[in-house]
Amino acid sequence: MKSTKATLITGATWIIAVTYFFPVAWMFINSFKTENDAASLTPKFIFTPTLEGFSRLADRGMVDYLTNSLMASVISTALVLLLAIPAAYALSVRPIVKVQDALFFFISTRFMPAAASILPLFIIFKNLRVLDNIFALSLVYAAMNLPIAIWMMRSFLSEVPHEVIEASRIDGANFETELWSVVLPIVLPGIAAVALICFIFSWNEYFFSVLLTSANAKTTPPFLASFVDGRGQFLAVLSAASTVAALPVILAGWFAQKQLVRGLAMGAVK
Amino acid sequence: MASGTKIEQQAKSATKEKFLPRKLIAPALIFSIALTQVPFLVTIYFSLMEWNLLKPQEKAFAGIDNYIYVFKTGDLLPAIIATVGLTAFSVVCSLLVGLFFAVLLDRKFRGQSIARTLIITPFLIMPAASALIWKFSMFDTNIGIINFVVQKLGFSAIGWSTQYPYISVIILLTWQYAPFMMLILLSGLQSQSREVLEAASVDRAGVLRTFAFITLPHLRQYIEIAILLGTIMLLQAFDPIAIMTKGTGGTKTLAYLLYERAFVGMNVGQAAAYGVVTVILTIIVATISLRSLFKVFISGVSK
Repeated sequence: MKSTKATLITGATWIIAVTYFFPVAWMFINSFKTENDAASLTPKFIFTPTLEGFSRLADRGMVDYLTNSLMASVISTALVLLLAIPAAYALSVRPIVKVQDALFFFISTRFMPAAASILPLFIIFKNLRVLDNIFALSLVYAAMNLPIAIWMMRSFLSEVPHEVIEASRIDGANFETELWSVVLPIVLPGIAAVALICFIFSWNEYFFSVLLTSANAKTTPPFLASFVDGRGQFLAVLSAASTVAALPVILAGWFAQKQLVRGLAMGAVK
Repeated sequence: MASGTKIEQQAKSATKEKFLPRKLIAPALIFSIALTQVPFLVTIYFSLMEWNLLKPQEKAFAGIDNYIYVFKTGDLLPAIIATVGLTAFSVVCSLLVGLFFAVLLDRKFRGQSIARTLIITPFLIMPAASALIWKFSMFDTNIGIINFVVQKLGFSAIGWSTQYPYISVIILLTWQYAPFMMLILLSGLQSQSREVLEAASVDRAGVLRTFAFITLPHLRQYIEIAILLGTIMLLQAFDPIAIMTKGTGGTKTLAYLLYERAFVGMNVGQAAAYGVVTVILTIIVATISLRSLFKVFISGVSK
């Protein structure tokens, strides 16, 4: 009796999970169809797969947009780590007065809507001639991700046993040694989680990219969005583009689920 | 003499020690201020200017004219209602769906981790891609799967994103963010003490009563964090509106309105005024929720 009930719940869970995942699966399936198959009024599950959609993406120059996305994500993530690790260190291992105030400041900048800063950034970038520049966009992404990174980093750093740090200080380690050879190796997985999340947020970002870039530095999301105004049949090529754009983050997320949870909850949930 | 230098050195290193944290935090602080706070001050300055990018010569000081315009034209109130409404509905829906998923996945069964992986995927997908695949392969009147099912059930096709843009945006946002809520709530469920749950089952407390009186109170902290983080992210949701509805049918949020004013209408002064109003409103909403939840946060962190 009990096992029948358990089987039923398990079955229901599976049906729900598969249904919930369906739009993603459908995107993936559609990306291997011809436009005619994709536009079929009765959804086609059996068809001759083709790579036509993907090859048309290359013609549209998607490789350039992916490269831009990759550059913006990597540069901004590196910059965020460079700024966030020392700051988080100051807030956890060597706490200063007003830790709460500093934390509150950083988290509140995350609440600040993009609307607050986009106009001046646009006009300043325009005057400095860095509109449509991937490095300028990376700076904005770094500012966007910095508060979350500091929060996450602080939570990872506060888990470093105090005795370890004390011991290294008694051994006469100066600050640099303390940070580089004592603390950082312990929190390396945490740093990886922070980097992953900053990367994901930058890779997926649309608002700043659509407004601050055009021909040269355009990243993948605005390229995808340009499909909205497409004429005729374009579901297959759109699905192919979405699949390519989404795949890196999906794979990274699948393999790092645990770190993702902790990171996204900014260390508040363990 | 020798000991004197030693004391001096110690004093020196003590001061160095004292200033070190400030030195460590300064770069992040300066960077953050330069790219978020300073631009906001400039936005305030812009909002006091009459400035249209299409007529750059006619730039002039406008005082509070832009604000009068913003409040008079009547776009503002609907935008506030749209922003607050869409955020609130999406947060509540994704929280409930997320809770449901979390309860389903908090059991041991075959392939549990695969089911969880399937469910979290929508949260990982690039939001622009989600908006597009929902608009064109799910909601579409002709080839959308949802309408295919609707028609199979004997109803006529529904133009989701054109007829019901508001509901469509909520469905899309819920689909995207429920997995995020689920992840946080699931870690809450898994941190429950097994002994307490066993004691409850020994006492024949029943599944529903156990859930209501033991699990939910335990989850409170996790629910609060999920709501706080969900609100932060959903308040700024822009992609589904720009891509799926273009602000039609009550989905013109403050972010989209500002985008329209500035980058379609090219009116910097007015757009800046919308920006300032947006920030003030956000600060009001945020400080209320943040101040009350901040304690939860800090206690969670220090645990």
